[in-house]
This record gives sequence, C-alpha cells and structure tokens, in this order.
Amino acid sequence: MNYRVLYFASLRDRAGIDAEQVESRAGDARGLYTELRARHGFALGEDRLRVAINGAFAAWEQALCDGDEVVFIPPVSGG
Amino acid sequence: MFRLSESPIDAAALARELAQVGAGACVTFEGWVRDNNEGRNVLRLGYQAYAPLALAEGKRILAEAREKFAILDVRCAHRVGTLEIGELAVWVGVSAAHREAAFAACRYVIDEVKRRVPIWKNEHYADGESGWLHPDNTPVGT
Repeated sequence: MNYRVLYFASLRDRAGIDAEQVESRAGDARGLYTELRARHGFALGEDRLRVAINGAFAAWEQALCDGDEVVFIPPVSGG
Repeated sequence: MFRLSESPIDAAALARELAQVGAGACVTFEGWVRDNNEGRNVLRLGYQAYAPLALAEGKRILAEAREKFAILDVRCAHRVGTLEIGELAVWVGVSAAHREAAFAACRYVIDEVKRRVPIWKNEHYADGESGWLHPDNTPVGT
C-alpha cells in the first residue's frame, strides 16, 4: 500500500525530508514506523511517540488504508 | 478560538476580542522567547507545527476549558516559524465574571497546550548547535 508520511522536529532532521510517499506492506502504524525507523535511523522509540492518521490522533494498531496520511508525533514542546 | 500565526501576535487586539458586558475579570498569559535554557545561551527559536492536528487539539483544549470553568470567552494564539529573543511565542486570554475561574482556565489552557498540541520548539544556541525540546524544556536527543 501507499502512504504519505510527514516528519516533524527531530524526525524531520534525521530523515532530511519533511514528507515522503512510502510503498509498504505494513498494515498499521507500528509496522510502518519499524520500517521507517530502520531506513532513516530514527533514535526515538515508538514508546516516545504518538501517531496521527489523517489528521487525528490514532492507536498504533489502527489498520491503515491505501493513501492514508501518517504522522509520527515526537514529544511536543510548544509554549 | 485557537490560532497558529506566522506573523507577530497582536496581544492587545486579541485581548479586546475577550470583552463582554458580563465580564468582570480578564486574565492573559504571554509566553516570551528568553535568551537561555538549561544553562545555555539561546539566540533564537524555531517552532514547527503539524497544523491540522494542532488546530484541532487546540480547539479541543479551549472547549474543555469552557466546560470545566465558569468563563465567558477563551482564546489562544501560538507562533510558528523563527522567533527572536523577546518575541511573543504564545498568548492565552480568558474573560469571566470572576477572577478565580479566569485564572484557573488560563492556567489550564497553557498547561494543556504545552502538553498536547503538536508544536515543537527548536533552540538555536550561541555555540552554533541546535536542539529539539521536551515539554519540560529538556532535550529530546536524536
């Protein structure tokens, strides 16, 4: 399936891009992050992240659909 | 109303939006860019936001404040992009009939925004390094 992945903060710095289209067999965000972490060498484990699917917070196990926008949310620091 | 702004926040204009004839109290909070953190000299900050989710989560926090406290209006604006020392990074304003609810709601909103809204602060240090921060202003590490 094809997903659109957006990167922010330290994940963006490490990946060197702010977004990419990803062709993957992963059926959920957990599997997708495992793949992308290996590819880009992300230091943050999924225990430090939240995940958003199509603009809303979601569970790591939520089934992904073709074309979904997936964002891994590093620890936030607004304010 | 929760807003993200790429240009400077006009705090006085926002505060005027809170005015109501039944309001006897107005509490505002301003978060400013300071020149140091954790003992390091900071030159400027860069804020990133995942805008669709930041706006949705910000709106949710303001709705929660209205449910929890006896307030009349509540608004919040947060900057994104590059900010210099002394600039206004985040503004929260609350109007209410009485001060207790206004103080409590203002505190609730800024605390929840810092905890939940997908906005990230990158500090640029005087020694040339930079780093992303946790909500408690400690480094995330990469």
